[in-house]
Amino acid sequence: MTTSSDKIAIKDFNFYFNEKQVIHNLNLGIPPNKIFAVIGPANSGITTLLRSLNRLCDLSHEARQEGEILLDGRNIRAPDVSVTELRRRVGIVFDVPTPLPMSIFDNVAYGPRLNRKTRGKNKSALSGIAEEALRQAALWDEVKDRLNAPAMSLSGGQQQRLCLARVLALKPEVILLDRPCSGLDPISTAKIEDSLIELKNRFTIVISPHNIQQAGRVSDRIAFMLMGRLIEEGANADVFSNPKDQRTSDYITGRFG
Amino acid sequence: MRKFKEKLSERIFFALALSSISVLALITLFIFIKGVPLIAEVGAFKFIFGMSWAPGRGEFGIFPMIIGSVSVTLGAAVLGIPVGICCSIFMAEFAPVWMRNIFRPAIQLLAGIPSVVYGFWGLLFVVPAIRNYLGGPGLSILAGSVILAIMILPTIISISEVSLLALPRHYKEGALALGMTHWQTIRSVQLPAAKSGIVAAVILGIGRAIGETMAVIMVLGNSVAVPQSVLDPVRTLTTNIGIEMGYASGGHQQALFATGIVLFVIIMALNVSAQYITRRKIK
Repeated sequence: MTTSSDKIAIKDFNFYFNEKQVIHNLNLGIPPNKIFAVIGPANSGITTLLRSLNRLCDLSHEARQEGEILLDGRNIRAPDVSVTELRRRVGIVFDVPTPLPMSIFDNVAYGPRLNRKTRGKNKSALSGIAEEALRQAALWDEVKDRLNAPAMSLSGGQQQRLCLARVLALKPEVILLDRPCSGLDPISTAKIEDSLIELKNRFTIVISPHNIQQAGRVSDRIAFMLMGRLIEEGANADVFSNPKDQRTSDYITGRFG
Repeated sequence: MRKFKEKLSERIFFALALSSISVLALITLFIFIKGVPLIAEVGAFKFIFGMSWAPGRGEFGIFPMIIGSVSVTLGAAVLGIPVGICCSIFMAEFAPVWMRNIFRPAIQLLAGIPSVVYGFWGLLFVVPAIRNYLGGPGLSILAGSVILAIMILPTIISISEVSLLALPRHYKEGALALGMTHWQTIRSVQLPAAKSGIVAAVILGIGRAIGETMAVIMVLGNSVAVPQSVLDPVRTLTTNIGIEMGYASGGHQQALFATGIVLFVIIMALNVSAQYITRRKIK
């Protein structure tokens, strides 16, 4: 299921919380410069999978995993891999907006400011990075006059785009999005989807869409997971028009989930 | 019948709640009635800034005691706050579960030790140590500060820890997901976000230090003079009351109540500001 051209290759991956297994023997290849959607009902292990890709699951003491995840052919759990470096290369946007308790500008500049590559750059360089990231996230026009306002003063949709901008400012290679539009109105959702489609040439995007329609709109490839198992994976059109598995067909036609 | 019972129990609870508050009100009223006439007679300025405390001659100036209280409390703050805050960060962020399960009750136990025991320990160990290694009489500001620093640790640690643990999980996850190290996350996101709780912890700790009497009576030396160094003995506002109340009468007794008023106002101000700061929303 994985090939050498994949940006991320997941091999024989098992994940446990204490005794409970939440991902079963997963093999999955994620190609570069595409939007890859992972769909499935709640409790399918999708959030766990996404958070494994940048090792945020390490924060949980109960978590245990087997198998390997390769980023550009290198195991992300290898002892010489720096976890902070990995998280800069693989950014994540969560299912609820998670702005940090600081100004709009600082939220975006926070990452680059502490990053080794951009540390020591002056204020104007930092402003340039922040502006570019905010433009990419389709937020610049709405916040350019109040960059010093607290991030919490933005609306939910704006906060979520700010979180996307914050990730983009780090110039990552992979962007993970865990149901990024779950609390958002259709207009904000459309703005985020447009940004993603525009960004995919430069990044590898893995998204857990908040509904099947979104998967259909934005993704190039789709993987369907159920109860921690991969049921089916393929090109967008194939999975939608010609699902190989009955369960996939039932899920995308809304018979359960 | 049922409705009557309902009403009755409500009244009983109300009466009990009221009694505890009225006790507070009565004590406050009593202190002020006893103390205010003397302040009026001596003059507030002369009372607070007077350098001479000689009740026999009718001289009531508590400035040396104010300096005493402030210096001992400041010393306790300098020694206790950094240790307390660092300890709370360790407990909230770094300590493995088993260690936290030992540390937390141990620190609460520290709050349960009677203050006279702290004073006794200070008199037997801290005072001689200061006398032998640093000079002076040993009974000193430094001795009091060390004891008070230990006594305010539980307050500072537990309140700071709670305010760190109460932060939304996504602050930490969001910062870590941006490639921050654990320490960068603590320093630039979690500590600023928990600032109000930590400041409240510090203020409550300071309030406790200013109000403490028994432990400091035993290690401060209690001489009424403005100290020249941290190795000099001092008397605080609380110990002034504690030492002289046994034999004071008339104007002298009123002067002790007036000292109580000053103490009362200081501690009230600290507590109110702590409440104000904790209630303020994180921006």
